[in-house]
Amino acid sequence: MPALPGGQQKGAWSPRFWASFLACGVALAVAVPAFNHWVPPDSPAALPDYLVPLLGKYLCYALLALSLDLIWGYAGILSLGHGAFFALGGYCMGMYLMRQVGTRGVYGNPLLPDFMVFLNWKELPWFWWGFDHFAYAATMVVLVPGLLALVFGWLAFRSRVTGVYLSIITQAMTYALMLAFFRNDMGFGGNNGMTDYKDILGWDVHQSSTRLGLYIASVLALGLGYLCCRFITASKLGRVLLALRDAESRVRFLGYSVTDAKLFVFTVSAVLAGIAGALYVPQVGIINPSEFSPGNSIEIAIWVSVGGRGTLVGAIVGAVIVNSAKTWLTGAAPETWLFVLGTLFILTTLVFPRGVVGLLRRPSRIRTRAAARVPAGERA
Amino acid sequence: MKTATPLTGALLYLNGVTVSFEGFKALNDLSLVVEEGELRTIIGPNGAGKTTMMDVVTGKTRPDSGEVFFRGTADLSRLDEAEIANLGIGRKFQRPTVFENLTVFENLELALADSRGTWRTLLAHSTSDRRDRIAAALARIGLSEQTGQPAGALSHGQKQWLEIGMLLIHDRTLLLLDEPVAGMTDRETEETAELILDLAKDRTIVVVEHDMAFVRSLGARVTVLHEGAVLAEGSIDHVQNHQRVIEVYLGR
Ligand SMILES: Nc1ncnc2c1ncn2[C@@H]1O[C@H](COP(=O)(O)OP(=O)(O)O)[C@@H](O)[C@H]1O
Ligand SMILES: [Mg+2]
Repeated sequence: MPALPGGQQKGAWSPRFWASFLACGVALAVAVPAFNHWVPPDSPAALPDYLVPLLGKYLCYALLALSLDLIWGYAGILSLGHGAFFALGGYCMGMYLMRQVGTRGVYGNPLLPDFMVFLNWKELPWFWWGFDHFAYAATMVVLVPGLLALVFGWLAFRSRVTGVYLSIITQAMTYALMLAFFRNDMGFGGNNGMTDYKDILGWDVHQSSTRLGLYIASVLALGLGYLCCRFITASKLGRVLLALRDAESRVRFLGYSVTDAKLFVFTVSAVLAGIAGALYVPQVGIINPSEFSPGNSIEIAIWVSVGGRGTLVGAIVGAVIVNSAKTWLTGAAPETWLFVLGTLFILTTLVFPRGVVGLLRRPSRIRTRAAARVPAGERA
Repeated sequence: MKTATPLTGALLYLNGVTVSFEGFKALNDLSLVVEEGELRTIIGPNGAGKTTMMDVVTGKTRPDSGEVFFRGTADLSRLDEAEIANLGIGRKFQRPTVFENLTVFENLELALADSRGTWRTLLAHSTSDRRDRIAAALARIGLSEQTGQPAGALSHGQKQWLEIGMLLIHDRTLLLLDEPVAGMTDRETEETAELILDLAKDRTIVVVEHDMAFVRSLGARVTVLHEGAVLAEGSIDHVQNHQRVIEVYLGR
């Protein structure tokens, strides 16, 4: 392991941390494939094939929740448009997968995806160029959400848009993107989006081994994403973020650029969300504009608050718990889901503000916002 | 940064500064000069514009008109808060605002004179030199035993000292202290006066204060502010015997 900067918080990279991190990683990356692949399918211990992409999907949501916790839990930036970065990453992957279909589409056009043939288009729009190369698509998965976050964040943070106003404009951003992607002539498949993928990097997406591969890629992405967030939050920059979350103007008077610090984490966060979206699409087999819906972005904030905001691990736990409950309930009693979600949100804001992880941890280890009663008059 | 010839030899120079809030002039053609190395106290009734004056100097409020210069060359009315802070101007707010969720140590760490860049803070090291400087500041403000405590758990007076400690560790040239002894016990007030006199040995300090006993104990030049402008200036005895000052402020 390369030497980490000495400004990292004490204990952040202790052997105890690495042991539990690796234990979780191995459990997810080895145990799941082992029970799916090597245990005979008729054994009660076997993990059925359909569960693999479902678990993979939860892990993508966990990475998405992690990306929101980085900015919301540590810098106080409540983005309610994070689903947009996720969806953009997903669309970049969807475009790659569509180009891989080739002549196997309904219309058999070697160049154009079916929906373009259907619209009577003759040539591929310029923004589809390059998406037949995986490396290009993977670069776009990072660049598109990252650049949008950079531009959007620069405009918002430079004009000091904070709190509920920031949440509202992020909602507006994802809503505007949803409307745009619904339009057929945007060239992204309109309201049907993109589906019927064939293969990824030459492997058939329907094969159980490909699905296992995608699942393991999701575990790795989540693990690396977690380490990246932990590195940021345990650094001195992490302390600057906590400080500006609680007393932004005070941080400015100390000489730090609040705009730069926020822009940095916001962009990192959007990139993580985009990667989550890119891994999500081949596992669920579809991307469409509903991923941009404002409600989706609000749900992400609920996962984070259920798990425990400002803890990183909590975001992962929250995303997995809430989505497992959703999968189960939408099968068992679909009409109750929204009520359950609402109740969970109210409970975690009013009764368990530290979420599930907060209930399990010693209180002193979590830095809550409740302790920070900055006099209102001094808040700029 | 502009490299024009210094307008004045003064460290801080305000000329004809006006700030209005919806027509009400919080600062009305205010002019003020603070020399390098000076300890200056500013008094004035509530609403006289003392805090607004500090807001203008630190970039929180932009003046409607007038000039604000630091070292004669840096036009503060064009810089933002972070840029002004990095010129060497530090401020203590009227109410203590320490970072309550960070420990006392971490509060001082953020204030340490050091690179402020986002990349540099991400990759910052905590060297023994930095820890020594923090330990020295902790000793000077008398909070060595509280180093690992969250700042939110400190008493009111301790928070004020921590905030002063944060200014002191940053090696600022000019410190602006807004009512540093508000809400302190007599004993804490005395200790704070000693601390300020000690700090004033190697930097310029402007103190805004209500407490006349405290102002007297600092023994510095006094400026009286009234309705956004300077009413009188001089020694404490001079202003206390000044006819207009007695009418608008001390005599009330
Ligand atoms: N942001 C603001 N908006 C409107 N009025 C303000 C604002 N800040 C200060 N004022 C007014 O300006 C005047 C001067 O205030 P201030 O500088 O805080 O006085 P002091 O610190 O001397 O008590 C007061 O009458 C106050 O109400
Ligand atoms: Mg005031």
